[in-house]
Amino acid sequence: MKNMLTIISNALCRITGRNVGTRAVVSRSFADFTSQATFDIKKCDVHRLEEGPPLKAELTREQGLRYYRIMQTVRRMELKADQLYKQKIIRGFCHLYDGQEACAVGIEAAINPSDHLITAYRAHGYTYTRGIAVKEILAELTGRRGGVAKGKGGSMHMYAPHFYGGNGIVGAQVPLGAGIALACQYQGNNQVCVALYGDGAANQGQLFESFNMAALWKLPCIFTCENNQYGMGTSVERASASTDYYKRGDFIPGIRVDGMDVLCVREAFKFAAEHCRSGKGPIVMELKTYRYHGHSMSDPGVSYRTREEIQEVRSKSDPITMLKERMLSNNMASVEEFKEIDIAIRKEVEEAAQYATSDPEPPLEELCNHIFSNDSPLEVRGTNPWARLKSVS
Amino acid sequence: ESLVHWPTQKMNLFQSVTSALDNTLASDPTAVIFGEDVAFGGVFRCTVGLRDKYGKDRVFNTPLCEQGIVGFGIGAAVAGATAIAEIQFADYIYPAFDQIVNEAAKYRYRSGNLFDCGNLTIRAPWGCVGHGSLYHSQSPEAFFAHCPGIKVVIPRSPVQAKGLLLACIADQNPCIFFEPKILYRAAVEQVPVEPYTIPLSQAEILQEGSDVTLVAWGTQIHVMREVANMAQEKLGVSCELIDLQTILPWDTETVCKSVVKTGRLLISHEAPITGGFAAEISSTVQEECFLNLEAPISRVCGYDTPFPHIFEPFYIPDKWKCFEAIKKMINY
Repeated sequence: MKNMLTIISNALCRITGRNVGTRAVVSRSFADFTSQATFDIKKCDVHRLEEGPPLKAELTREQGLRYYRIMQTVRRMELKADQLYKQKIIRGFCHLYDGQEACAVGIEAAINPSDHLITAYRAHGYTYTRGIAVKEILAELTGRRGGVAKGKGGSMHMYAPHFYGGNGIVGAQVPLGAGIALACQYQGNNQVCVALYGDGAANQGQLFESFNMAALWKLPCIFTCENNQYGMGTSVERASASTDYYKRGDFIPGIRVDGMDVLCVREAFKFAAEHCRSGKGPIVMELKTYRYHGHSMSDPGVSYRTREEIQEVRSKSDPITMLKERMLSNNMASVEEFKEIDIAIRKEVEEAAQYATSDPEPPLEELCNHIFSNDSPLEVRGTNPWARLKSVS
Repeated sequence: ESLVHWPTQKMNLFQSVTSALDNTLASDPTAVIFGEDVAFGGVFRCTVGLRDKYGKDRVFNTPLCEQGIVGFGIGAAVAGATAIAEIQFADYIYPAFDQIVNEAAKYRYRSGNLFDCGNLTIRAPWGCVGHGSLYHSQSPEAFFAHCPGIKVVIPRSPVQAKGLLLACIADQNPCIFFEPKILYRAAVEQVPVEPYTIPLSQAEILQEGSDVTLVAWGTQIHVMREVANMAQEKLGVSCELIDLQTILPWDTETVCKSVVKTGRLLISHEAPITGGFAAEISSTVQEECFLNLEAPISRVCGYDTPFPHIFEPFYIPDKWKCFEAIKKMINY
């Protein structure tokens, strides 16, 4: 295949009269690139399933560049958040997603924007893939009025249409996900809900309650465990009696997926979405992935794992590098193109950070707004005129 | 005070907690400490060194399951072990709420004193910390105050923390010990190295006064100390400051006696005002001391909103709000 492409590419060069080698700045035309290629992906372990997702994935050039752009944006956004946190412009709790980009992007590639998604607190990546601009995410981290939740939620509470957050309490989002799936089933809209949780949350009781309900009523819910090997500082071996998280659904079928390969994630979730949409009930997914940062910004991330381990994952399994190398070695894009994308993303993130730093904080009235279902700020019982809230007495 | 001549060591709040736990593990062979991440020392370093000293069968990690942690703790306590469970943040205690309220609190009562889980102590970091936002800042003492059968205790300083924690562990009833997380490093005192207890259900009068009674607990005590000074300097008002220490069962006598003397009461806490524990104190005091009151009882508390993210400085009952409340009471 590669030889054939080289021959064609050379032929095109001769035909168009361009001599690529002698130019100082190489500009390759669209026709020089392979528009589509098929890649072998890892076989997924399955539980209670006759067959699993396909072993090959097709990738068009356009898709590849898109996935690359989205993953790189998430990566740069998270690194910018790291920087802003160290400058104390972002405060509080900040859980970064770098390393796990393939999960968010792969899932989004497999489902429709009208499908639903809910996750825990490591949510910045999903907020972006579900359609929120980088500047709104960063402004939410800095607590400004331009933030996606008006500055009132912070890192752990970002929301978007069909994206239900952003949830701080571990495991609490999974029964919610099952409920969303029930709504989909009830309304007959052929949508599914992806309910994500981590390897730490996999030991929460409410997950098993959700599994039971979902299986009983055949809810279109894709329960997804993002297994990044560590629940805060505890490795999975020390927290779980069984680390086969895809089997934890017991009577629910399960698939274990290589979460560092965006194509593997995409194919697996296409399979899972089809399973749910065809009325077969819920499915449990396990994405084996890795986070480069510690649990949160207060965790250096090296007291419970070695720097060598982190380095090894970065060099061997980084999702962005993997995709880039695949595309380059199959002549689907050029190094310059990737560089251009990188530059554009850097600019976007820089501008977003500027916005997030300069946007004003929400007005004080917002403190008492939206506690209950009322538009104007409720008269909340304050304690004295200093707070500019009317006192009851 | 009787502790004055004991050998002491400079400790901050989390070190005083470690000291109390160290004393307990040393003297009580049935004592076990468990919770999320306690083995390496805990996210607030309250259990540093204990696993190395006493072994991994006595200081061990649990998976991420609060309901399981407390339920397990109740079982261990009923079977005779001194169980010290840690809930990583008080904000996460709610999955365990059923176990605490329906199981732990009612065990002795429903078994006619045949069984009890008095050996259980639950510790949790509590209160605002400056940047905690919705789920790392809560003060849930009011939820548990509504539950006969358990004790709820909140210290204000390292010396109090060690004494009260040891009292909770020794107490034959299930206890919840909330530790103000903002004071873990900030509060430093000379703390006795040997074990000692401070009696539960006894409020402590920190400063005597004649015009206004101030009641608070935990971090808020330090705010109130400042308020008392401000009141003295700017208004010439003499405040009596009381640290409640035990929320449930609370020392009604000390508080009421003080109000009979002063005639005015200000209660302050970070938790939201509606249904906060100040409401209980206020109601009891007006029943007992109605004719002694010179002004309505004042409550300076958090607002009825979820604990905010960016609005925290406006939300917390700071010294200015308390000072203003005192002014109103004096001029009533």
